[in-house]
Amino acid sequence: MMGLNWERIAEIVRKEFRQVLRDPRLRTVLIVPPIVQSIIFGFAVNMDVEHSRIGWFDGDRSVQSRELRAAFEGSPSFVVSRVLESDREAERLLDRGEVMAIVRVMPGFGADVMRGETANVQLLVDGANSNTASIVQEYGRRAVGIYSANVRDRQKNQRALARTQGKGAPLSMDLPSLHMETRVWFNENLISRNYFVPGVVVNIIALVTLMLTALAIVREKEIGTMEQLIVTPIQPMELMLGKTIPFALVGLFQTAMLTLVARVLFHVPVRGSLLLLFGSALLFLLTTLGAGLYISTVSRTQQQAMMSTFFFFFPALLLSGFAFPIASMPLPVQWLTFLNPVRYFMEIVRGVFLKGLGFAELWPQMLAMAVLGVTVIAVSAQRFHKRLD
Amino acid sequence: MISLRRTRAMARKEFLHIFRDPRSLVMALAIPVIMLLLFGYALSLDVERVPTMVYDVERSVQSRELIAAFRGSRYFEVADVVSSYVPIDRAINRGEILIAIVIPSDYSRQLLRGGTAKLQVLVDGSDSNTASLAIAYAQGVIATQSARLQLRFADARGAGPLRVPVDVQSRVWYNSDLKSKNFIIPGLIAVILQVIAALLTSLTIAREWELGNMELLLSTPLRPTELVLGKMAAFFAIGAADAVIAVLLGRFAFGVPLRGSLLLLALAVFVFLFGSLCWGLLISALARNQLLAYQVGLITSFLPSFLLSGFIYSIENMPAVVQAVTYIVPSRYFIVALKGIFLKGIGLPLLWPQLLLLSLYAAIVFAVASKRLNQKLVSK
Repeated sequence: MMGLNWERIAEIVRKEFRQVLRDPRLRTVLIVPPIVQSIIFGFAVNMDVEHSRIGWFDGDRSVQSRELRAAFEGSPSFVVSRVLESDREAERLLDRGEVMAIVRVMPGFGADVMRGETANVQLLVDGANSNTASIVQEYGRRAVGIYSANVRDRQKNQRALARTQGKGAPLSMDLPSLHMETRVWFNENLISRNYFVPGVVVNIIALVTLMLTALAIVREKEIGTMEQLIVTPIQPMELMLGKTIPFALVGLFQTAMLTLVARVLFHVPVRGSLLLLFGSALLFLLTTLGAGLYISTVSRTQQQAMMSTFFFFFPALLLSGFAFPIASMPLPVQWLTFLNPVRYFMEIVRGVFLKGLGFAELWPQMLAMAVLGVTVIAVSAQRFHKRLD
Repeated sequence: MISLRRTRAMARKEFLHIFRDPRSLVMALAIPVIMLLLFGYALSLDVERVPTMVYDVERSVQSRELIAAFRGSRYFEVADVVSSYVPIDRAINRGEILIAIVIPSDYSRQLLRGGTAKLQVLVDGSDSNTASLAIAYAQGVIATQSARLQLRFADARGAGPLRVPVDVQSRVWYNSDLKSKNFIIPGLIAVILQVIAALLTSLTIAREWELGNMELLLSTPLRPTELVLGKMAAFFAIGAADAVIAVLLGRFAFGVPLRGSLLLLALAVFVFLFGSLCWGLLISALARNQLLAYQVGLITSFLPSFLLSGFIYSIENMPAVVQAVTYIVPSRYFIVALKGIFLKGIGLPLLWPQLLLLSLYAAIVFAVASKRLNQKLVSK
């Protein structure tokens, strides 16, 4: 750090800022896309399954089949949107994706219920979206289960009645049962956006800082102004700092902006310390700026730099637990994610927002980011030096 | 009229550009492979082996049987059986477990009496999707165990075999193993094509502007339409190669069923790719700055194709305003076609509206791109 001339660094920083902020369209790009992304994730990404449209085929037309339908219609999970006249319509409706599932009540259903036999109901589920299908299947079982329990209660009462009338029916009795009480922590109403919007904060600052750093340097190379910079007394280290500091500031600014958007627009709780959030953001920026610097040393054109950025960023984001849970990945991939700085920052941001975690719980993640960040910066700085010399 | 010769010369120049930059070419072909590997192998929305902790307050034969039921389910992985709330609290905070089951101290007493035993289930709800699935699966395990207990109870009291009044048989169509990769990979083809189109085309004209070549092109007899078609030929070849890679890998490496017609698939890819490339060129012509073009390209093509197309997140669940927006996202129609062809094996009789809309989109964007370029050239 000895021979650094801070005035020269400040000069480059000023120049970079001017270059990015001079173009009103570029200014817009720094502000509008992040907000658009939060809005899309906040409002559009909803994996909750409610009001699934189902088709109903009643081949029995009995009191019991109507009761079963009432059990489905009484559940907030289902809307009976089509009533099938014939069995053959089922295929067409599922092919067109007009309904998510079809319930088929076959002839004899009511009679079976009356006789005390096990009556069968068929549930056809469109499995194309496996996730929704699993939930729909589970909800379908539950709706049938509720009806089944009603029938059992009724049978029990009838037997009790029969016994009091002295007809020697089997003894009625109370059966044991299990009841589940669920308590949900951190995101009590299971709202998707509370999970996704904090993730967008990570996503945006990673992409923007990575890309701006890589492009700012490669652009000078492509246009040919890099040679001019090299003949000035600016030293590589000064150039490097001058080219990264502005984007670190942009990253911090976006963190603040998106935290505000999350809090005010989406009412995502911010339960932990903001100081911890920004401290961690600084550590995270070490890794993204370092990676951006590295990409700039291996790219000649902006196109190469952008493709390399995408190449690095896309897997890093997807393997961070942003949208796909890490626990569902195969084990070797899970180990790989320990090398992914985005993973750690994602855990920190969600921990601070939703769980209100503090330094005591989050220091391992911060340490991991610091180690990764220093390593990446050191390697890239060395390459950057060599390239310039 | 369009001159074939000039168009071909333009196309040759672009091909030369691409072959002189082998690294970009390799990346353009490797990006789909990486994305397929990620979505086919590494990423899954299926919730299995949910890390679980059990707080067994009672420690009886009955409570151990319930724990065994959770252990036997493929959805749960019981990491630990603990004897207080403290480790549960810590593990949920650290994200080490997602769900905890508390078995009360009167568990077996209630069951022996024929009463209702209340189980407490604590869930980390941060990831609402995984949490909902885990809750639904826990309810499944508990309901099964409850039924088993009732059966045994009735048997032991000599009440004869107890019948379940109503039973469900469920059958899953199209994706009977309920594997998320089977619905993700077909849709992924749309995302890949949009990414490639945005990465390649959005830069190309902006770059000519930035380097000052546009003035040179302007002084030649080259017409805007010829410029667009010429530029497009090379990128079309790359995009088509990517689509072939994606279909082959999806079908053979990841075993995604391909039940419909290959010809129809090729047709849909052709129309969609053409439209996407035109869109990239249009952005490129308007932006004149590579950074800006890239950003706008990603925001207007990649992001909607990922989020607003029904690729992973179902459109039905979106608020009405957002649903209205999805109608102008071309990937939406392409993804319906892709999933239909791959999983459902449906053909033109059902998919013609999608193909028609995609063709319409491609034609409009092509016309606008050529026209805008024309105006730009004249006004300069």
